[in-house]
Amino acid sequence: MSGDVCIVGVGIHPFGRTDGRSGVEQGVFAVKQALADAGVEWPQVQFAYGASDAAGNPDSMVDRLGLTGVQFINVRNGCAAGGSALFSAQMAIKSGEFDLGIAVGFDKHPRGAFNALPAEYNLPDWYGEVGQMVTTQFFAAKIMRYMAMFGISQRSLGMVAEKAFRNAVHAPHAWRRRPVPLDEILEAPLVSDPYTKYMFCSPAEGGVALILASEKKARELGKPLIRLKAATMRTRPPHSFEVFAPSVDVVEDDTRPRGTASRIASAAAFDVAGIGPDDIDVAQLQDTEAGAEIMHMAENGFCADGDQEQWLAEGRTEIGGVLPVNTDGGCLACGEPIGASGLRQVYENVVQLRGDGGGRQVQGKDGAGPRTAYSHVYGAPGVSAVTILER
Amino acid sequence: MRAIAEGLLTDEQPPRLIGGRERETGRIVYPCPPGDTCEPVPLGREGRLWSYTIQRFRPKTPPYAGPEAFLPWVIAYVELPGEVIVEAPLVGVAFEDVKIGMPVRFTTIALDPDAADPVAMPAFEPIAAGDAA
Repeated sequence: MSGDVCIVGVGIHPFGRTDGRSGVEQGVFAVKQALADAGVEWPQVQFAYGASDAAGNPDSMVDRLGLTGVQFINVRNGCAAGGSALFSAQMAIKSGEFDLGIAVGFDKHPRGAFNALPAEYNLPDWYGEVGQMVTTQFFAAKIMRYMAMFGISQRSLGMVAEKAFRNAVHAPHAWRRRPVPLDEILEAPLVSDPYTKYMFCSPAEGGVALILASEKKARELGKPLIRLKAATMRTRPPHSFEVFAPSVDVVEDDTRPRGTASRIASAAAFDVAGIGPDDIDVAQLQDTEAGAEIMHMAENGFCADGDQEQWLAEGRTEIGGVLPVNTDGGCLACGEPIGASGLRQVYENVVQLRGDGGGRQVQGKDGAGPRTAYSHVYGAPGVSAVTILER
Repeated sequence: MRAIAEGLLTDEQPPRLIGGRERETGRIVYPCPPGDTCEPVPLGREGRLWSYTIQRFRPKTPPYAGPEAFLPWVIAYVELPGEVIVEAPLVGVAFEDVKIGMPVRFTTIALDPDAADPVAMPAFEPIAAGDAA
């Protein structure tokens, strides 16, 4: 195939809680919206990759969309499920096998913390019995050490959350769209120190669909060309610190941050796209907790470890800053339906690149809107997926 | 008090944690996994706090098997020098006195002290100044 893989249509079912509508139905809603956006009919779709962690088999949605015999492959890959679906869809077009397909993701989780069982993670039962099968413990312990090593304040964690809810006011698909004052965030009950309840995202519901096409097909459809310049997915390196870890390796020099799947996926994506962090105009970074956004700014190469304190004080990650981050409020304001979450980031980036962001629209370096957009997810047991879009 | 699981603690009094030394690489992991890739090794008793948080809500049951009545606890990662960093509660310290780098010592606590047949689980406690072994 010559040219880039392009995103020609996007659709989203609002995130949050939608009683009486299944995860699959939310996925179907997103697909129909994306088809209309692209101006194509379901029978034209040659293939689909569908991601869901806890809401049933994605391919069952052909009942609702039409029994066209379409190739439909289900993807279950933890928090990287959506990114993996998108990577796979991209490869199906790059290979020359197809020129029009869909990556769709949806989920519907019960309220409260994710309820993982030890056996699912190759851990002994006692690890759950003593109360350590709790994701928030890991996220809190990771930022606690990072704060001590690099001088990040709890106030900065609050500023990330405050920005998320403020940005979400302008994102119709977001869940928590009421601005929350910084003091209220900082003074709220602690869930797992140093995080208060506003600094963690919640499991949620939602669906996202992206229609991908070869560049030739995209030109035929007459859509603005949003090029997928890179889509990478990577697993963890040695010595990394991950969720559900009864032990962590000792290392000789523990004064520097450890390697992560995010660092590897990010470096690979920049390499494939042939650009660097300074060239990115807007970024969606995994923010399942406020500190994750801070650490991921460095893990994705946008700043040095410890510089985040100054970046936030100067508003560099605000909508009007040099690198707006999580322009729709991210996971903190949208919640995390696992299968849909990574694709939501790409949806938001397409909206931004098209200039359709309304009150949250990024102006870009020359005031003519962003030209490049970056997305990043991270999750258990040490997986990460990154995309870079360009118009 | 019996241990919460076989192969987790040594039989001596007081017990030590049992880790697993990978036969091929020498890397130490905890707990010692089943199978023959690792050789069980007793871990050191003393280390330093590597990181921590405070568990402020009762974890979901299942899998949590602790008491119904909930009190927050410190969950710690402790670096046992030259061996491995292990995860366990830190007891016997006020939350505001917990500091990364503080010296701590291995101990065991009851998962539910009021249970009819309480089980012992791994934990750490601070080493007071002047109390070094």
